[in-house]
Order: sequence, then structure tokens, then C-alpha cells
Amino acid sequence: MAGSVIAISLRLIFGGAVITALLTFSFGTAAVVALRGHGFGPLLPTDLSAIRFTLWQALVSAFLSVSVAIPVARALSRQSFFGRRALITLLGAPFILPVLVGVLGLLSVFGRSGWISELLLFFGLGRLSIYGASGVILAHVFFNLPLATRFILQGWSGVPAERFRLTDSLGANSWSRFLLIEWPMLRGVLPGAFVLIFLLCLTSFTVALAVGGGPKGTTIELAIYQAFRFEFNLGKAASLATIQFGLCGIVALLAFLVPLPKVGDIGLDRLAHQFGARKHRRLDIIWISGAAGFLILPLSAILFRGLGGILSLPGQVFSASITSLLIALISTGVCIFLALGLSLSIAYSRLNTQKIVEGISVLGLSTSPLVVGTGLFLMIFPFVNPASLAIPVTAFVNAMMAMPFALRVLIPAVRDIYNEYLHLRLSLNMGRGIWLMRIVFPRLRRPVGFSAGLVAALSMGDFGVIALFASPDLQTLPLILYRLMGSYQMDQAAAVSVVLVAQSLFLFWIFDRGGRGHTES
Amino acid sequence: MIAGDEDILNLKQTCFRQGKFALTANFEVSKGARIAIIGPSGGGKSTLLHGISGFLKPTTGQVLWEGEPMSDHPGERPLSILFQDHNLFPHLCVADNIAVGINPNMRLSEEQILLAKNALDQVGLSEKAADFPRDLSGGQRGRVGLARILLRKRPLILLDEPFSALGPALKDEMLELLSQILDLTEASALMVTHDTNDAIRFGDQAILVAEGLAHEPQEIQSLFSNPPPALKEYIGDRA
Repeated sequence: MAGSVIAISLRLIFGGAVITALLTFSFGTAAVVALRGHGFGPLLPTDLSAIRFTLWQALVSAFLSVSVAIPVARALSRQSFFGRRALITLLGAPFILPVLVGVLGLLSVFGRSGWISELLLFFGLGRLSIYGASGVILAHVFFNLPLATRFILQGWSGVPAERFRLTDSLGANSWSRFLLIEWPMLRGVLPGAFVLIFLLCLTSFTVALAVGGGPKGTTIELAIYQAFRFEFNLGKAASLATIQFGLCGIVALLAFLVPLPKVGDIGLDRLAHQFGARKHRRLDIIWISGAAGFLILPLSAILFRGLGGILSLPGQVFSASITSLLIALISTGVCIFLALGLSLSIAYSRLNTQKIVEGISVLGLSTSPLVVGTGLFLMIFPFVNPASLAIPVTAFVNAMMAMPFALRVLIPAVRDIYNEYLHLRLSLNMGRGIWLMRIVFPRLRRPVGFSAGLVAALSMGDFGVIALFASPDLQTLPLILYRLMGSYQMDQAAAVSVVLVAQSLFLFWIFDRGGRGHTES
Repeated sequence: MIAGDEDILNLKQTCFRQGKFALTANFEVSKGARIAIIGPSGGGKSTLLHGISGFLKPTTGQVLWEGEPMSDHPGERPLSILFQDHNLFPHLCVADNIAVGINPNMRLSEEQILLAKNALDQVGLSEKAADFPRDLSGGQRGRVGLARILLRKRPLILLDEPFSALGPALKDEMLELLSQILDLTEASALMVTHDTNDAIRFGDQAILVAEGLAHEPQEIQSLFSNPPPALKEYIGDRA
């Protein structure tokens, strides 16, 4: 009996420690930023316009992503065609696609010397320019339209088949079908999708850094970075970081009020219904091919431009890819260890896991990497040169930033095992070691593999905090990519992108594959 | 066949396919008949209902109504359906859930509103018109579904195990109410059920569906007293 008391208190200590670490990470860094002795710097009109722009672009991006996703998801939910399953899988890709790579792809298609500009020039029209507000919004829609489409598709597949049949047998026309089925479904899905995308766009840094800037394209995150990096005005960075944290907090509270969409794959690839499938086939094809083109063209542009240049890349890319791999592996290890520990330690508790998962997700989403970076910088800076800790700090920050995603997968998985088998364990009088080694861990292999793959890919491509800490001699793949893009060496940048994406996908695949194992159970 | 009755529904050498599964059916249903559809899971009971209601088109043969081919659109067929679950739209109140039975846009004339109120009265739920499905018990939800059927007044009613999730007493109550509605509307009805007692209580005839074949409707008592091998296997020793 004494042993189990010790085990329980160990669990509590571990779980408490992880939660404290998560809270310190998000609130603590913000508190350090807010409370630092030197006080806040005054805000200039440009900073106020950055705040306005941040809110405006997040609203527009979320609105566009969600409203285009409605017809695209409707078309995907009812049309069957060759490659449908592949396209739906591809909709998940932007989530683990390194942001800089996506931006480079968009520039190759929509930029000043991109494919569309060349086409326009050929017809005697002017070039496109996507630097500034339009570029920020374009990139945000590129990353979030697929996400919104998947959420709405999930909504479609959640409608029971009987309801479609009932509506059909009542002789409903398109309008009453909308009233009876689509609208109530959207009413459940859209608020969460909108808030989620709004939050993602609010805290997005890399996009603004790559295509934003200038008086009409600077977000708060970018302003923090500039205050920090170029002006070394810590007071101003602190003021901006506090404002950013406040904004995220308000939206996060909002996110608590609406149900956030679940991330899942179940049933997405089956046809949800065939309402008007024949009647609207042409329009549906336009929506699907438009969305697919918008997604696939930038990706293939990278491949097209970069594949040839891989072999002629300088040797530093090789060492950078080793560094990136190292960062990814460390943060995966840290993240999975902590996430698994937390999941196991709350498995017995009576806590409402649903609420915990949602809370952690919202916390993670509303944590701004630049606020965290600023806070960590301020904590470290009195003691050591932050640049010398760039790699461990980046690995740690990536681990913490990816933790909500891992927890979203692991907490429900652990809880399910305990719910299903705990009575069996007790009735068989099975010891704790055997229980963990023979029942829990084998059954967790798949979700652990999947979430490790996710964390590794995210960490590999991340370009946030490292931008604050990096010294010029630090080389990681995203850093090299950013520097090449900054000096307009787009072909080399494309080649580095191919290496980066290949390495991210490879890591994801290895972990996910390892989780599946050779036996299906 | 009960002599003297006219046939209203006729499945003429029909074959329905769902993926690899195929169901053959060749039988008539006479006016006012109450037929239980029985048989093992996977035998094709639901496929048969889907074929009659128009969700599945026959690959061969025809489904005739009073001698004429039925419309391809389920909504234009002269029938109402009740499923086991999801018969009500969760975002509509009881009154609207009944109203969709006559107009899916829920815009009713004054006369139709009166009819809808009447139907609700008949199933004893006039107090609940403004309630939402989540506030109703399972039995009350079943009643709302039946009220809609009553309001629609279609000459054919298809029931896909509509009460199998209810307790015995509640189920009896629903079957009784259903029987009243059938008397009132003079409709014919086909009901899928797993419960031989329900089948006997509800039907005067039964269709055995097994191994991809829907047999002709038979007098229910004689079917159970002298079961063919497929039925014997299905019901075991309980007949």
C-alpha cells in the first residue's frame, strides 16, 4: 500500500511539474517581460499601426480562409473523383510545412518574378507584388484554408447518414437542405475554426517577417523582433510583448467560449453525402481544382526550382541540416517525455481531461513565440550571452510550443487505455510494471509515434525564437533559408527548401512508421 | 396474399446492389398490409428499405406504385420513413420538426399549422411544441416522429427498427400508437424488426430477408409455425 502512495505522489509531482513548466513558459516569460525593472518604452504611432494591422490581417485572413473553405469542403464532401483521398491527405500538409518554405513557394508563383507575373507580362500586363499586407494575407490563407477545409469536412462527416436520407425523403430542395443540414453543422464548426485561425494569424511571426514589413505590413510580432534585433530597444519590445500577450489572452478567453474543432482523420476520406452532386458538379470541380491549384502550385514551384540545385549546395547546408536534425531530435525527446509523463500522471485522476486538453491547446495557441523569446532572452541575458545558448533554447522552446499538439493526441489515448483496461488490470491483480510495459506502452506506440513525428517536423521547420537568439555563425536550415531569401538567391533558397522539407517529412515518416510497427492491433 | 386486396407496391424482379452485396426481391404489397421484415443481420433488410424508399436504384427490374414506376427522387415517393435514430433535427423545435413533414422550408399555411397542432395532440405532446429534441425522452422523440408520419398522410410507411432502443413497456406503447396511426391513415407499413414478438404483434404478414433474397410476404402465424430453414436458423429455438 505504501508503495502505491509513493507512486501516486510521484505522479502528482511529475504532473504538477510539467504543468508548472508549461505555465511558466507562457505566463512566466510574459511576466518577466512585463515586470522587468527598466520599465516599458513609449509606443510610437508606427507601433499603434502595427497593432491595428495585426488585428485587421488576422480578421481578414480568418474570414477569407473560412469562407472559401465552405464551398471547397462542400464540394469535397459530395464529389468522388480520382485522387480525392490524396488531396484530402494533402490538406494536412501545410500544418507541418515549414512556414518559410510555403512563403518561398508562394513567391515563386505570385511574386514579382513568379509564374503569374511572367504570364501577366506576356499578355502585356503589369507584375504582381505580394510584399506587404496582401502577401501576409495570401500566406495566411495558404496555410489556413486547408485547415479550415478539414474542419468543415469533419463537420460534414459527422452528420449521421439517416439525417441526409430523412431530408431527401422529405423532398427538400437546396435551400431547405442548407437550412436542415448544412447551416446547423456550420454553426457548430465555424466559430471554433474562425477563432483558431484568428489566433494562429495573430501570433504568426515568420510570414510577417518574410513578406510583411513596412508601414502597412508590420505585425506586433514583427515589431517586437525589430525593436529587439535592430534597435535593441528592450523597453519597447517589452511594451509590445505585453500588448501581444494581452491580445492573445483576450482571444484565448473567447476561444474558451466556443467549442474548438477536433483534429482527427476519422471518416474524412469517405463521401459524406451526395446532395446535388450531379447538379453542381461543374461548380464543385472549379472550387476543388482552384483550392488544389492554390495548394499544389507553390509546392511544385519549390520542387521545380530547387531539385536541380541540391547537389551544388554549399557544404554549410550539410552541417546546418545536422544542427537542425539535432534540434528536432532533442525537442522531440523532451516534448514526448514530458507529454507522456503528464498524460500518465493524470490518467487516474478524476480531472476532466477534455477541459485540460482544451485549456492546454488554447494556452499553446495563444502563446506568442516572440513574447516567449523576449522573456527567455531577458532571463538569460544577465548571466550568459544568449547567442551561445541558441541551440538548447531553441530545442526547448520548440518542445514547449509543440507540446499542446502532442498532448492533444496523448492524453485521450492514455485515458482510453485506462478506461478500457483498468478494471481488467485490477481483477487480474496485475503489477504496475507489467501493466505499463505490457499493456500501456505497447498500446501507446501508435499515438506516440504519430505525435513524435509531428513534433519533430514542426521543430525542424520552425523559425521563430531562433531568429531572436541566432548569431551570424549559427547555421540551421531555416536560418540559411531565411538568409538566402533575404538576399534574393531564390534558386538556392528553393534547393535548401527541398532539403528541409525532405528532412522534415522523413523524420515524420520514420516516427509515424515506427509507431505503427509491424502488427496491427 | 390476402385475397381480394389490391396490390399497391410491386417489386418486379428487382435487384439492388450496395458494393459487393446484392439483394433480389420479387413481391407485391397489398393495400393496408402490415408487414414485418425479419431476418439475420447483413441479410439485406436495410437494403430492401433503401430500395423501396429510393435511396438505392434497382440495377434490374422495377419498383412500381399502383402499377406505375416510382419517381427517382425519394422525396417524390408516396411514403414516410422512420429510422432507429436521428429522426429529428436537433436544431429544430418539436413544432418545426413536424412542420418539415409537409414543407421542408417550414413555412406552413394557417390550415397546415392547425393540422400540425392536431398531429401533435394525437401523440399527446401538445405541451412540448416549443421544446427541442435534447429536452425530450426517447419515447417522446419517437412520438414526434410518429406525429410527423401522421401529418404527412403518405399511403406507405417504412420503419427501420424504430423502437428497438426503447424498453419493453415503452415499445408496446409506441407500437400501439403506430397501429392507431395506421388505422387512421389507412396506410400500408413495412417494419424491420429483430424481435419476433414485435413482428407478431405488429404484422399480419412477414417478409423473410436472408442471404440476399427477400421472400414473398407470408401469413405471419403460419410462417412462424412452419419456419423455412433460414428463419429457423435465425430465430433458433424461440419460435
